[in-house]
Amino acid sequence: MKKNNIHFQFPKTVQVPDRFRNPIGKFTVRRNARCISCGLCAELCPYGVHPRYDIYSKPLRPKDYKCIGFKCKENDFFCIDRCPEQALTLRRNPILETLGDYRWTSEMLIAHWEMAETANLPIVDLEYNLGNSGGGFDKIRFKTPEPGDYLNLGDEDIDTSINLNKRGDGRTDVINGIPCYGGGMSYGSTALSVMVSRARAAKLLNTLTCTGEGGYPKELLPYAEHVITQIATGLFGVREETILHTPMVEFKYAQGAKPGLGGHLLGDKVTPEVAAMRETVVGNALFSPFPFHSVYSVEDHKKHVDWIKEINPKTLVSVKVSTPTDVDMVAVGSYYAGAHVVHLDGSYGGTGAAPDIAKKNIAMPIEYAIPKVHNFLKDEGVRDNVCLIASGGIRNALDVAKAIALGADGVVIGTAELVALECVRCGHCESGRGCARGIATTDHELGIMITEDWATQRIVNMYMAWRKQWCEILRQYGLKSIKELVGRSDLLVHLDYLDEEERSKYQPAPQAELII
Amino acid sequence: MPKKYHIPIKTADPRHHPIGKYATVEFREDCAGSCKECVKKKCIYGIFKDNYLHMSTMGEPEYLYACHSCFRCVQECTRGIFSRVINPEYRTLGDEYWRPDIIHRLWYQAHTGKVPVSGAGYRGPFVGAGFDSMWTDMSEIVRPTRDGIHGREYINTCIEISRRISPLKFNDDMSLASEALPILEIPIPLMFQIPESLIVNQPIVESAARAAQVLNTFLIIRPEDYSDALLPYARSLIPSLTCDNAMDHQSLILKSRAVELAFGTNIEDTIQKVREIKSDIVLMVRIPLDADAASRALKLSVLGVDTLHFFADEHGNELNTEHPRFLKEMIREVHLKLVNGFVRQRINLVFSGGISMAEHMAKSIICGADGVIVDFPLLIALECRLCYRCRKDLSCPAKIDNTIDPQWGSQRIINLMGAWHNQLIEVMGAMGIREARRLRGEVGRSMWFEDLEMESFGPIFGKRKIAGLK
Repeated sequence: MKKNNIHFQFPKTVQVPDRFRNPIGKFTVRRNARCISCGLCAELCPYGVHPRYDIYSKPLRPKDYKCIGFKCKENDFFCIDRCPEQALTLRRNPILETLGDYRWTSEMLIAHWEMAETANLPIVDLEYNLGNSGGGFDKIRFKTPEPGDYLNLGDEDIDTSINLNKRGDGRTDVINGIPCYGGGMSYGSTALSVMVSRARAAKLLNTLTCTGEGGYPKELLPYAEHVITQIATGLFGVREETILHTPMVEFKYAQGAKPGLGGHLLGDKVTPEVAAMRETVVGNALFSPFPFHSVYSVEDHKKHVDWIKEINPKTLVSVKVSTPTDVDMVAVGSYYAGAHVVHLDGSYGGTGAAPDIAKKNIAMPIEYAIPKVHNFLKDEGVRDNVCLIASGGIRNALDVAKAIALGADGVVIGTAELVALECVRCGHCESGRGCARGIATTDHELGIMITEDWATQRIVNMYMAWRKQWCEILRQYGLKSIKELVGRSDLLVHLDYLDEEERSKYQPAPQAELII
Repeated sequence: MPKKYHIPIKTADPRHHPIGKYATVEFREDCAGSCKECVKKKCIYGIFKDNYLHMSTMGEPEYLYACHSCFRCVQECTRGIFSRVINPEYRTLGDEYWRPDIIHRLWYQAHTGKVPVSGAGYRGPFVGAGFDSMWTDMSEIVRPTRDGIHGREYINTCIEISRRISPLKFNDDMSLASEALPILEIPIPLMFQIPESLIVNQPIVESAARAAQVLNTFLIIRPEDYSDALLPYARSLIPSLTCDNAMDHQSLILKSRAVELAFGTNIEDTIQKVREIKSDIVLMVRIPLDADAASRALKLSVLGVDTLHFFADEHGNELNTEHPRFLKEMIREVHLKLVNGFVRQRINLVFSGGISMAEHMAKSIICGADGVIVDFPLLIALECRLCYRCRKDLSCPAKIDNTIDPQWGSQRIINLMGAWHNQLIEVMGAMGIREARRLRGEVGRSMWFEDLEMESFGPIFGKRKIAGLK
């Protein structure tokens, strides 16, 4: 059974190296022909940049992605200065300008790869808390804490759990060990191994993941306590039994990546297995129309919720909506229709393929929607009875904490989990055979690039690294539980709302011009 | 069943190898040579298959238009000899407004006719200048049709460029007492004009004219560019005349369904003279988008003009001022001036300058335009790189100064507009708007940066201390 207490034992973390021969790091270390293979660098470097084996005396290519860079200069083991032949050079990796974007910068990507590998916060000098977008989370900071507020507690004594059932209606309390759960990515849009790994990681972390709208493969059944069944407009793969064995059913009205547009699985991805799961024809593109054809009003929506509650008397119901102007009204309507979770999916997020015009332009960013809905629900007097979940452009542990302080109870994570699996955000999830990195593909060769053990541990590691950050934030403000952080917007500042002197006390928003 | 508006999209390959965003860099001195695991052979997109000669020649870095940036070659090469950079030529595309990524995406659309699609979320800045500081709304329930994605062909993107019919009046014998004005509609809220500041030649004009004819819209054309080769497209051409030369081009007026007159001191007289030549012609007036634009619009609205065409500079900025406002604000000003003057229904407003993406069309209409006029993207569809060499009388690297096949050129423009039309339908569908005409001035179907900041962040953070976006 899903554990429902805050003293849940978090999983062990294990180092999980990169799948590829040449991991990308922030720095490059090159060894030139002057090297005499004396082995001094290998002896000096505590980070393992210079591998050397007893039975092989020739110099090997440096594992430069482990290098901490120029800040190492102050150490007496700085290999560049200590090399007797001056055979080593260190520079910032020029490839970084081709990696990442305004929201997920190259450093944020590399840092998350490192977190997924080590389960620790990066030792390399990387900016992973702030993107380069110039707004929203990237301009919001936690206030400088008062030293007297600091709680001297270990991570194990800090509660990062959230309860998804706040209605007190006698249904199961679904308590997640971390304030996040996995977003819906359907069978067909990602490799099966990725899907199963996400479920396995959810089980280990005592949280949830979501089927997406593509059916419920039998491989997920061992993790059924941790798998949300999504019902979306195409109703692909929805069966009574998948509603019966889920802790929560998610109605997807809209999604942030393509608000108001429905879903689209290209024909190339509709393999025989996908078609069988969705009860469709191989090779035919599949559309999830927008919206539900059976819903014209909140009353119609209530019928949907009642239908699920009738089938499964224990399950919770989540309603996933996007962020239109009237998102506050939509949220309160969903609550009155009986939803346990109102899930807002902001416009800048999403993992699946979507028209660029939709991702950029339709619906408001999640940063605006959270306080709008939180305050509206408070004014309505129902905030304590509903779990508000946010998603869409929440990239890192700090974003999660900021979203919670703005008013969310927890968040849904999609992209970051894929980044943990070495997604480079090239954006070509949909073309040809699908993802070249074996994540978002059902291709018979590419779809087996990822093993379940590897992927499960990478995701676990990333969340365990994030948890360290959450615990530190909570300690700083004298909070023992992440539930105490909900709606604490008084702990936040926005750089644009500070006068110059006050603003100078905070880390400025990164503002590099990128080529996108 | 009425015939649906359909844009005939057909792949039109680029004539030149397009400039790619990335370049691979190989440290070949470290290459193992004839490696059986060579990542170039394993590229899942096969981008190296046409570049096999690089293996034997010591060429410059390869500029890979088709590279999808998956980094597998970089990460899997057994000797780690690969790296990547941004193609320096890519950086030189366009300027600060017509950015390389915009040009690149316009090329893609002109090539394939497809809507640009990508995964992994949005990757741009949180907010930007101009149109990038507003978002379009969506509706969770209200839809233009109940057929979801299959109902989008019922979304009407027509606009009129002729005057609106005022309520009909009847005599006692029920005969019509009011004048029934001619109706001229275009099925897509955009028209074309060839930018004068770039290359203008016969094949380019013919490409645009053919495309305008196929799309059932119009190309605004200077009389000096009008040639006999364009006569088959005369019904899709709008001669752009001035008060001084209008009477010299009476034959053009007679063969056209609409004519454009540049705003000038004699505009009233000229309008009257043109009407005398052809009474049912649709009259457009071309006005600089400057501080006087709104007041001029108000004056012209009572002169029987059908459509006002305001032109901004090529970056969408207000003209004749040191501190220009962007198209978005200018459209609002003109539109609201006419609304407040109770004449907005009488006249149509179209705007040109800086319309570079499909979303600009939708957002211009939300701000109050009826439609837009597309200029630079026509040339970009023909592979223009906006290098502006032509302005210095230097040769065109894309060779659009001499050898364009109008059949190919028109297909590229049709493809681009087909993709734009589809994108307009996407955002209209999300908004629950079934008619482009209903979208006009419908700012309630949009969200603006300043408003969202004030509404969502104001109660938390207080007063904003930084003006503008940065």
